[in-house]
Amino acid sequence: MTDVVMPQMGESITEGTLTKWLKRPGEQVAQDEALFEISTDKVDTEIPSPAAGVLAEVLVEEGATVAINTVVARIDGESGAKAAPEATAGDTAPVPEAAEEEEEGEMVEAAEQSAPAETPAEQPAQAPEDEKAAPPPPAEGEPAGPLSPLVRRLAREHNIDLRQVKGTGAGGRITKADVEAYLASRAPAAAPAPPPAAPKEAPAPRVEAPPPAREAEPLPRPAPAKARVEPMSNMRQKIAEHMVFSKRTSAHVTTVHQCDMTKIARLRDSAKKSFQERYGFSLTYMPFVTRAAAQALREHPIVNASVEGTNILYHNEINIGVAVALENGLIVPVIRRADEMSIVGLQRAIVDLAHRARSRQLKPDEVQGGTFSITNFGSFGSLFATPVINQPQIGILGVGAVVKQPVVVDDAIAIRSMCYLALTFDHRLIDGALADQFTGRVRQILENWSEQAL
Amino acid sequence: MPKCVIRNLGWVGYQEAFDLQREMVAQRRAGAIPDQLLIVEHPHVVTIGRNGRQENVLASVEAMARAGVTVHHTDRGGDVTYHGPGQVVGYPIVDLREWKRDVVAYVRALEQVIMDALADFGIAAGRIPGLTGVWTGERKIAAIGVHISRWVTSHGFALNVSTDLSYFRYIVPCGLTKPVTSMEAEGVACARDEVVAALARSFGRVFNREIESAAGAATEERVA
Repeated sequence: MTDVVMPQMGESITEGTLTKWLKRPGEQVAQDEALFEISTDKVDTEIPSPAAGVLAEVLVEEGATVAINTVVARIDGESGAKAAPEATAGDTAPVPEAAEEEEEGEMVEAAEQSAPAETPAEQPAQAPEDEKAAPPPPAEGEPAGPLSPLVRRLAREHNIDLRQVKGTGAGGRITKADVEAYLASRAPAAAPAPPPAAPKEAPAPRVEAPPPAREAEPLPRPAPAKARVEPMSNMRQKIAEHMVFSKRTSAHVTTVHQCDMTKIARLRDSAKKSFQERYGFSLTYMPFVTRAAAQALREHPIVNASVEGTNILYHNEINIGVAVALENGLIVPVIRRADEMSIVGLQRAIVDLAHRARSRQLKPDEVQGGTFSITNFGSFGSLFATPVINQPQIGILGVGAVVKQPVVVDDAIAIRSMCYLALTFDHRLIDGALADQFTGRVRQILENWSEQAL
Repeated sequence: MPKCVIRNLGWVGYQEAFDLQREMVAQRRAGAIPDQLLIVEHPHVVTIGRNGRQENVLASVEAMARAGVTVHHTDRGGDVTYHGPGQVVGYPIVDLREWKRDVVAYVRALEQVIMDALADFGIAAGRIPGLTGVWTGERKIAAIGVHISRWVTSHGFALNVSTDLSYFRYIVPCGLTKPVTSMEAEGVACARDEVVAALARSFGRVFNREIESAAGAATEERVA
């Protein structure tokens, strides 16, 4: 058996991450053939097999980070006896940390050199057949520093997790005394299961007694990120920019009026079916609100204005943007000269723009030039909200859900179809009184809808 | 002083460059050629390193294909990165046995090469401990990913000169959420060849190699 160890890939390097096994247990591998890959700091390194034979055991899983010289696998080779001595016969002293092996020698040797590193200290000359039993695989969870075979054996016999033991030797190395001190300290708590069977020097027959296999706790794989990172879409970035820009630009104030939509609800109910049949799309509340808003805008031109430096820009056309929710954002296509359109025309425009917005077929000028906006959050069940102004406009009207409610009409309780109209206005240009006059006017038009014909 | 041959190969597809490197690594290992520094520019490509996690590729392969970006799984270290027009990609084929047998020192040296070259253009670039690559402030200007086989290096670095940075939106570069930048974005407009020349100079200095240009001979000789 030849141990394959995590090689040291540089002076300052103390550990490596095994990223990939290029051979599977049971597979034949030639000497020098790439056996596994490790990764240290963005460098991916192929490690060749130190010996020819069959990959007998893989001791370190892919993804695990282990200290250099940790045995990561064993190769059962026809030349099992050959590889180890060759390593011992290497050019430099078989001390793994001595990274002085500059002169020559393949990296293969660098890897091999470290394999027998544990042996020299304690076991002097050994019979050749003992080689098969060479260094035991390190107990799982061994500390990074080098360990003498004595310490290893003590740890195994007493079932000690060496990570718990504080090393006081050179460079934090764990000595026999440390292990004994640790044992003494934990003695009262739990008596070590089997008392040390053999006296210290009796070499336990290690061939038959492999350490109580690796516990089923491989080093944790790097935890998956707790959050997913995804760049914003262009649309999302633009929306984000625009929203913050608007909040920074305008002095947002929202006023809310309650509006009785019963008349319109009735009209809508009665016309719904014929409307759908005649025009091919359904009749919603939106064209009524748009129509009412257009009328109110004509009467209050300052709400249909924008700010330009210290000037007020009154727009002659009433171009109403209608917010359309998209799968991953929103867009506000514009109904031009909304004040000149009938309910049918408005509904057709809304349906058309919304449809093309969702299929991304709007032309650029169809989302520009709005002078006022309407957002229909009621369609998602919201009663009222405080919308953000669509710059450079000065106001946006939010329409809440129309719901039947008990209300007092002429001192009697009646069931009416009610909704909230929320106007967010730019207080730079519009004062509260005017905002309420405007909203009140929209409400008045809606509540007293007179046109029976669409 | 040992030699290093620089080959400014221009526009080379990712796979082609990969095959060329492989060949040169074999020749370098056999001692048939001296160290090499291949300089290329790739068409749009997203490459996923050995430690690359698919989740760091944000767009679907189809979506990227529509945008003309191909995806390659490759054997360098590191996570996911993007290569494309406006980038100087350097693939040093260096036998580390003749330099230092230290992979981390090698990566630090590559960073130094890029930092020195950028200094020639007045860009102060540095390192962020634990985050391999070259940074200007918190923005990554050059990415590094290396493969080593028996101490011979391949893959290398990618320096954004005038890269269209919007292509990085397809990925989480190197699995990090830090922004990327380019020399152009840092306010330096310069010819690609000037950057290559600066890189060659600093490469020679940092690695203590005599740089020999094989520009003219590159095409015929590259299979050597």
